[in-house]
Amino acid sequence: MMHFPIKRRVAVVGAGMTLYRRRLQETTKEMVFHAVKMALDSAGLTIKDVDAVVGGSAPDLFDGIHMKGENVITEAGGALKPYLRNFTGGTTGVSQQINAWSIVASGLADVCISVSWEKMSPCHPHPQYAFWTIFDRIIERPLGVNLVWIFALEMNRYMHKHNIKKEDIALVAVKNKANALDHPCAQLPAKITVEDVLNSPVMCWPVQRLDISPPSDGASAVIFASEDVAKKITDTPVWVIGVGRCEDTTYWMNRDLYFPYYAYYAGQQAYSMAHIHNPRKEIDVFEIYDPFDYKELHHMEGLRLCGKGEAPKLTREGVTQRDGDMPVNPSGGLMGVGNPIAAGGGMKVCEIFWQLRKEAGKRQVKKDATVGLAHAWGELMQGSSVLIMKV
Amino acid sequence: MSVKISKYPGVGLKEEDIKGKKVLTTVWPCNLKYSWSAGVAVGRFLTELKNGKIIGRVCKKCGRILIPPRMYCEWCWKPTDEWVYVKDTGTINTYAITHLATDGVTRLKEPMPIAVIQLDVPAKLPRFFAGFLHYLGEVKPEDVKFGMKVKAVWKPPEERIGSITDIKYFKPV
Repeated sequence: MMHFPIKRRVAVVGAGMTLYRRRLQETTKEMVFHAVKMALDSAGLTIKDVDAVVGGSAPDLFDGIHMKGENVITEAGGALKPYLRNFTGGTTGVSQQINAWSIVASGLADVCISVSWEKMSPCHPHPQYAFWTIFDRIIERPLGVNLVWIFALEMNRYMHKHNIKKEDIALVAVKNKANALDHPCAQLPAKITVEDVLNSPVMCWPVQRLDISPPSDGASAVIFASEDVAKKITDTPVWVIGVGRCEDTTYWMNRDLYFPYYAYYAGQQAYSMAHIHNPRKEIDVFEIYDPFDYKELHHMEGLRLCGKGEAPKLTREGVTQRDGDMPVNPSGGLMGVGNPIAAGGGMKVCEIFWQLRKEAGKRQVKKDATVGLAHAWGELMQGSSVLIMKV
Repeated sequence: MSVKISKYPGVGLKEEDIKGKKVLTTVWPCNLKYSWSAGVAVGRFLTELKNGKIIGRVCKKCGRILIPPRMYCEWCWKPTDEWVYVKDTGTINTYAITHLATDGVTRLKEPMPIAVIQLDVPAKLPRFFAGFLHYLGEVKPEDVKFGMKVKAVWKPPEERIGSITDIKYFKPV
């Protein structure tokens, strides 16, 4: 059993993000600068107030800049300061917040910026091809595997195990893309129907075009501060009360994909630290990693928000809508706002920050939200990170 | 996004803006080549595939047969103990029907069924089994079922090179 002798309380005090688009004219460096500047401005800080910086970005192959963490140090505000990069695929956007939190909690820094970015558009013919290189080079790549294939394998296993219909999964795409209509930075906001999803082109059955999030360019940033500093900066600091991360084996083809144990264990760590016993009752708003519509459901079950196979029912009943009892992805999620891998997770942390500060405008959930959870998932479909925040 | 913020940085581009050179771009055709050793465990696995056989490693502590083989058991965190041949039959643990080629954009002429093959090996740990990803053949996509019994179809010996593709596909028994 883990114990958490945390040295200092840590709060999020600022957040920012760029537009998320299929292609942005801005370079990686320019995107990072804009996101960091917005976060600093929103907290009333300057770069001189920042003691340390965490960068987060996933495969280097997208923008073709190897060791791209170093590429943005200047723009991230990290020159002549402690800087580290988190590089854990899809979990990056939440995992890196845990790095930033630990830097402040340990006393190494009073203020730490955590900036996430991804520029996928430079990669041709399609960024999807870059994912081929994350697979085992001897026994998987010769088969021509890509990420859509293995997600389709996982989605089908999940559907089969619980007898879930595609219609129920499509409801997640409908909800999230509609939520994104109220997000000014969203790439793919849309009013669509279940039929639209079911009639969209098949990518790899059961995955169809509208089941999947797009490739994106974009950056987001979050600022962490120690308790005494946070209270000077703002009247409404958003406290980090729980963190968790977990990885399952890389041998994905040797495990039953129907249940995400990595999400379960990451959630349990964070709940334990936050003294949360019933996450569904004690957490008010959720941003759950949804690069595919079925993953929102899969992760809800992994995070113990409902029993195994029960997430589609909650979705059908409207429980996960913004005005529902357990709002999930009020931002519009990756399905609607876009999926610049690391910045996809980063956006979710920003959204929880804005929701808890009641700054989300039209996206504000109906509940009086005081506790929120951001979750990301990644690597070779094997890991999760969880961050729980409270005002 | 916060209601306190009203300007959102970023200039979205269309594909035509790039192709039509409305914005300046630089092109780098990445042309690196790599040669990888298959390693100790998978090297032997590939050698046996060339012989038309599937081989795994045994962990005597948890009782698992590990396929793809590794020289260590990740759960017992110890070296595995010995080699063992297994049958080239199994069941479909999960499957999908791909319409897309590896590059993520090219559409295949014929949709192709792929599957995680759970080999006929006793599963000693409830969540974990022996097996790997492969193609399905001699079956229509709509006829593929969960739990279907399948068997490897091998390339002729003279065409085998010591690769996972020495198995052409798995077909229903």
